[in-house]
Amino acid sequence: MILTTLILGLVLGSTYALLALGLTLQYGIARIMNLAYGELTLVGAFVLVAVFQQLGLSPLIAMILIAPAGYALGWFLYQGMMRPLVKRSGARGRLEVDSILATFGLLFLIQGILLMLFGANFTSISYLDRGVNVLGVSVALNRLIAFGICVVAGGALVLALAKTRWGLIMRAVALTPGSAPLVGIDVNKVARQGFALGTALAVVAGASIAMYQTFSATDGVVFTMKALVIVIMGGVGNVKGALVAGIALGLLETFVATAIDPGLTLAATFAIFLVVLLWRPQGLFGAR
Amino acid sequence: MTKLIIPLLALVALAFAPNFVSAYGLGLLIGAATYVTLASAWALFSGHTHYVSLATVAFYGTGAYCMAVLNEALPYWAVLLCAGGIGATMAALVGLSTLRLQGVYFVIFSFGLAELVRQLITWYEVNVTGTLGRYIFLDISARDIYWQMLALGAATIALTAWIHRSRLGMALRVIGDDEAVAAHSGINLARVKLIAFVLSAVILTLAGAITSPRYVYVEPAIVFNPTVSFLTVIMALLGGANRLWGPALGAVPLFLVFEWLSTNFPDSYPIFMGLLFIGVVFLLPDGILAGIEKLRARRKVQS
Repeated sequence: MILTTLILGLVLGSTYALLALGLTLQYGIARIMNLAYGELTLVGAFVLVAVFQQLGLSPLIAMILIAPAGYALGWFLYQGMMRPLVKRSGARGRLEVDSILATFGLLFLIQGILLMLFGANFTSISYLDRGVNVLGVSVALNRLIAFGICVVAGGALVLALAKTRWGLIMRAVALTPGSAPLVGIDVNKVARQGFALGTALAVVAGASIAMYQTFSATDGVVFTMKALVIVIMGGVGNVKGALVAGIALGLLETFVATAIDPGLTLAATFAIFLVVLLWRPQGLFGAR
Repeated sequence: MTKLIIPLLALVALAFAPNFVSAYGLGLLIGAATYVTLASAWALFSGHTHYVSLATVAFYGTGAYCMAVLNEALPYWAVLLCAGGIGATMAALVGLSTLRLQGVYFVIFSFGLAELVRQLITWYEVNVTGTLGRYIFLDISARDIYWQMLALGAATIALTAWIHRSRLGMALRVIGDDEAVAAHSGINLARVKLIAFVLSAVILTLAGAITSPRYVYVEPAIVFNPTVSFLTVIMALLGGANRLWGPALGAVPLFLVFEWLSTNFPDSYPIFMGLLFIGVVFLLPDGILAGIEKLRARRKVQS
C-alpha cells in the first residue's frame, strides 16, 4: 500500500517537476510570470495527440519534433509579446503587473484557439497501456516512459545549468540581470533563450502527460496552478528546488487521493500552496 | 456642484429605467449594474495599490452561497447582514495573512484562494450535505434586485469618491507608488491595506448575495466561475482602475460586448477576451480615461 503510493507518486511527481522546471526558467531568467504556461502545456499535449492519431507517428518520435517546435514558439512569443513590455518598463514593478495581464490574455487566446480546434471534450490516447511490474507494483508502461522522459530532460537541464558555460550565463542573468551586461552578457538574448527553453519544457511536459492522462482544453489553469505551487515551494528560479518540490507534490497528491479522498487533491494542492506562501514565501529551500 | 448633480440625475434616471425596458432589457441592466459594482469595488482596493486581486469571485460566490444557504432560515435583510459579515471576516483573515505578499505572489494567492473556496464548498456539499446544487426561491422581483444593485453600485462609487479625498486614499496612493516610502512616512501599511481590502470584499460579497436570486439554481461551478474575476479586472483596467468613474466606464460597454459575444459566438468568446486583455495592456496601459487625457494634452500642445 505504502509502496504503491510511493511509486505512483514518484511517477506523477516527475511529470510535475518537469512542468515546474519550465516555469521556473521563464520566471527566473526572463522575469516573465507566464500565466499562460498551462495552456502552452496543453498545446504540447494536443499536438502529440493530433500527430499520433492523424499521422500515426509514435509519441516518442513526435516528442523529438515537439520540443524544438516549442522552443520556436517560445522564441516568437518572447520576441513579439514580452520584449515590448520589457522595453517599456524600466523598473521591475511595472513589468510584473504588465506581464501578468498580458500572459493572462494569452491564456484565453490559446484556450479559445484550442477549444475551436479540438472542442471541449476530454481527450486521451491509448499508447502502451499495459502494466509493468515495478517492485511488486503494477505501473502502466506509458507512465514509466513519461517518467523516463522527465528524468532525462530534467537531469540534462540541471547538469547543463550547473556545469556548462551556457548554464553559467543563464544563472548570472537569473541572479543579477543588472550587472550581467557588465561582463558582456546580452541579457535580452539570454532572457529570450530562457523563455523559449521554458516553453519547450512546457510542451514536452504536456506531451508526456498526454501519453497517460485524460485532459481537456480547459485544463490549462490547473497545470499552471500546479506548476506555480511547485515553483514557489522550491523557490523561484531554483531548479533543484523545483525538482524536489515537484516530486513532493506528486507524492502528496497520490497520498491524499488514496488515503483520504480523491476529491480533495486539488484542495490539498491549494492548501499547501497557501501555507508555503505564508510561511516561507522564499520557498522551502531558499534563503531569506 | 455640477460634479454632484449630474451623477445624481443619472442615478434617478437609471432608477426609473425599468419602466421603459423589456424583461430582457432589465436583465441587461442588472448585469451591467452588477459589473459596475464589482469593478468599482475591485478598484477600490486594487486601483491605487496595484495589488491585482483575482479573488473577486471568492467573495462574490460566498455571498451567493450565503443567500442560498440562509434564505429559508432568516429574513432577507438579515441574510444580507450575515453575508456582509462573513465577507468581512473572510477578507480580514485573508488580508491579515497575505497582504504582505507582493506582486505576483499576491496575484497567484488570490487566484488560489478562489479555487480553494470553490473546491472546499464542492467537497463539503458532496460529502456532508449530499447535494451539490441548491435552489433559491425568494419572493423578490427582478426590479427589486436591480434597485438594490443600483444602490450598492452608487454607494460603492460614492465611497470611492470619499476615499479618494480622505487620508486613507492618500495613503493608498503612496503605497501604490512605493511601499518603502509609505512605511517611512509613517503610514501603517497593514492597517491601510486591510481597511481597503475589507471594504472592497464586503461590497463584492453583498453583490453576490443580491444577485443570487437571479440564478435560482446555485452550485459552486456557477457562482465561483473564475471568469467573473477576470472580467472584473479587465473592465476596471480598461476604464482606468485609479479613476473614480474608470471602472464603471469600462464595465458597461464590456459587459454588453461580452453578453453579445457569448450569445452569438459562444465558441470564440475566450479568444476575444484574450485579445482584449492583450490590447488593453499594450495600447491603454492606464485605461481609457488616461488615454483620452493624454490625447487632449497632446492637442493642446499642438495648438
